[in-house]
Amino acid sequence: MSHESQTSTADALVIPETPVRKFNINFGPQHPAAHGVLRLILELDGELVERVDPHIGLLHRGTEKLIEARPYTQNTPYFDRLDYVAPMNQEHAFVIAIERLMGLDVPRRGSIIRVLYCEIGRILNHLLNITTQAMDVGALTPITWGFEEREKLYVFYERASGARMHANYFRPGGVRQDLPPALIDDIETWARQFPERIDELETLITGKRIFKQRNVDIGVVSREEAFAWGFTGVMLRGSGVAWDLRRNQSYEIYDELEFEIPLGINGDCYDRYLCRVEEMRQSVKIMHQCIDMLRKTPGLVLSDDHKVSPPRRGEMKRSMEAMIHHFKLFSEGFRVPEGEVYAAVEAPKGEFGVYLVSDGTNKPYRCKIRPPCYPHLSAMDWMNRGHMLADVSAILGSLDIVFGEIDR
Amino acid sequence: MNYRVSNDELSALGELIVAAGQGAVTGYTVAYGDLNVRGDRARIVELLTSLRDDPGLQFQQLIDLCGADYPKRVRRFDVVYHLLSMTRNRRVRVTVEVDEDTPVPSICPVYPAANWFEREAFDMYGIFFVGHPDLRRLLTDYGFHGHPLRKDFPMTGYVEVRYDDELKRVVYEPVKAVEFRSWDFLSPWEGADYAKPGHGYDNSLPGDEKAEKAS
Repeated sequence: MSHESQTSTADALVIPETPVRKFNINFGPQHPAAHGVLRLILELDGELVERVDPHIGLLHRGTEKLIEARPYTQNTPYFDRLDYVAPMNQEHAFVIAIERLMGLDVPRRGSIIRVLYCEIGRILNHLLNITTQAMDVGALTPITWGFEEREKLYVFYERASGARMHANYFRPGGVRQDLPPALIDDIETWARQFPERIDELETLITGKRIFKQRNVDIGVVSREEAFAWGFTGVMLRGSGVAWDLRRNQSYEIYDELEFEIPLGINGDCYDRYLCRVEEMRQSVKIMHQCIDMLRKTPGLVLSDDHKVSPPRRGEMKRSMEAMIHHFKLFSEGFRVPEGEVYAAVEAPKGEFGVYLVSDGTNKPYRCKIRPPCYPHLSAMDWMNRGHMLADVSAILGSLDIVFGEIDR
Repeated sequence: MNYRVSNDELSALGELIVAAGQGAVTGYTVAYGDLNVRGDRARIVELLTSLRDDPGLQFQQLIDLCGADYPKRVRRFDVVYHLLSMTRNRRVRVTVEVDEDTPVPSICPVYPAANWFEREAFDMYGIFFVGHPDLRRLLTDYGFHGHPLRKDFPMTGYVEVRYDDELKRVVYEPVKAVEFRSWDFLSPWEGADYAKPGHGYDNSLPGDEKAEKAS
């Protein structure tokens, strides 16, 4: 819009329009590109962004306060509701924290199932993110294609845990129950055909002119900036830093698996998109290896230490001891030794950490959740400065934001 | 198998940090595979700068910063910093103690990522960070009072909101809901404090009357 004053000799008496160019606008909280409830106050100079002030907390549910009032096992469902796009990855960090405090071992089969479902979570997350990132810059079809695959994965969630999204499947010491062989076969069938689906999605997005125009060289993050702003996950790898907790500080069985870690070169929104696409292919590779291992590794999926993990119902019908354990676990719960621990996993969005302080009772004394998106969103201000208004949604899309975990 | 750093290595790292801190570190412990360093509140900026820049440590990233409340202590709050060195592949936790009135120096100049973490700690616990560029509330509602993660803040809060159909707007009212029911399932037979002798609750448990007298 041009605000230049139009003075001519004929209209000399008309007061010229003042060329005011600076103004503030509200972006959200109900904007479809805000990925949830985000309110951005944008200070603009014409179309150039001068300052971004994100207002968050519209989804704040006081998770950390609630966790302090419940026994440990009753808290895992809260972790599903943090990053509700990839629920099991969040549970994973919490159960690892408990296991480290208690010195609890996970049976091998339990570990494999955990890794399998964490990789399903990674694909769930990346499918949502790359397709919505495409939608933010105007492509409407990819999201419908991506969600079809997501739906199938949610069925696998449901068949393992009984719930599509809020699984509550991981337990301290393993997972709730074993996978039926038919489910493992179905996951394998799905994983065989999925790379083709990625190829199809890529034909829609990767080479497209509009998508590239909106994302290449937008939101560039250098290595040093990524370190300073606490970036993890794809935000860091997109800038060419080879850092993945699955490899560098491996947990569960990740050190036995073969997979590659894609890195970006330019650190822009387009590189981050490419990293996510490649990570999905690597996740499929990991899933195939897990499936092979599962077929060769029968055994327990949950620790048989009944001071921590509940006995099966069949045992309870026969054994008084099992009955007592069950009663104790579902009233008092178990006690965790006094101490503090920080456990982190490579969630799809970056490092998801849990800082757990125990005072020796059956409830956590303090549980700080470290969501990966939180520092990413806090960097919105400097990432957007000097960009155009239309780039705000492109950058936001590439940050991979979910409000469940930012607001907690 | 899981990535673990042995306790000896962590202790060696702790010694390095004590040396690098030049008196800003009051001590370190190693527990559960984590290295805890206790620091001096007033010199935290200096300490974290040396942790970041010392060539033997290189903690490039501030992973997390949070508060914790221990109301029984004189200085009731802990401010906990989690640092990560990607080149050395090590983590460290730095803790400083602070009371309600004393501010902590802000570490935003050292790690820009601290900006929102410090705002959150201020919001949740009321810990002040001096030198912070923009210390506003972050997660709670506009116009919120109190600091919800303090142990003396009730679970149900003080105000509740609803949409008033007559006024055609959202109204704030004092909480009418029943008090949050916090069940205490802790078994007293395994040494909970109130069941032990010398806590002023003699014979507090029905059926335990004789146990005290017999001894």
